[in-house]
Amino acid sequence: MIALFYIAAIIAVIATVAVILQTNIVHGLLYLILSLLAVAVIFYVLGAPFAAVLEAIVYAGAIMVLFLFVIMMLNLGQHTRDQERKWLTPRGWIAPSIMSAILLGQLVNVMRQIDYDIVPAQVGVMEVSALLFGPYVLAVELASILLLAGLVAAYHLAKTK
Amino acid sequence: MESIPVEHGLILAAILFSIGLIGVLTRRNIVFVLMSLEIMLNAGGLAFIVAAARWGHAEGQIMFLMILTLAAAEVAVGLGLIIQMFRRYKTVDINVLSEMKG
Repeated sequence: MIALFYIAAIIAVIATVAVILQTNIVHGLLYLILSLLAVAVIFYVLGAPFAAVLEAIVYAGAIMVLFLFVIMMLNLGQHTRDQERKWLTPRGWIAPSIMSAILLGQLVNVMRQIDYDIVPAQVGVMEVSALLFGPYVLAVELASILLLAGLVAAYHLAKTK
Repeated sequence: MESIPVEHGLILAAILFSIGLIGVLTRRNIVFVLMSLEIMLNAGGLAFIVAAARWGHAEGQIMFLMILTLAAAEVAVGLGLIIQMFRRYKTVDINVLSEMKG
């Protein structure tokens, strides 16, 4: 199980790096799906099977299909790929990479001081749902209102005049 | 029983977050910017799941569900905006939007 965690972590990092280096949008999207599935495996190893399944179904399934539909609608062809190659100059990467590396260094420095070993124990669907429909029922209602607002906004924004 | 150090999970979340941040700062294609935002939100969710595993509670998973909902709503609105932008400017370059400056 512990080996599975590290293998999935390496796959997630490599796939995520591949996402931001791609010039072809569809390839980037496929790498993003791979990264999300690797994170789903990590969730399962950490004892959150419900979150793992939701990550695979909702993130890697529904949200990425939404992306795919929009990319197909936009119909970006060879022209965009050439434009991407022109935009992605090595000079443009330097400053953001340095800033993000500094931020990452600080985060790692803080997190290294935490010293605790997780012994993964399964927290199953039942515990999560008992909390969801018990003390957190208001949060569920607010989430549903948020989704409704997103639906209305997306309908309104994507409407043809 | 084998165990995973909690800092490794959190550092993985930090690495994914930083990669997403580099993507947001570097890319000029708005679809890639939105995808990088997804990576960052997902890294936040991973941190919550690691914290949930640390305490052995289910609350972290509930926060992950909230992040999932937020990401779904954000993507729906963001993709709607991308479609509208593409209709108006016929490009996915975010720099054309600089004419919106007041």
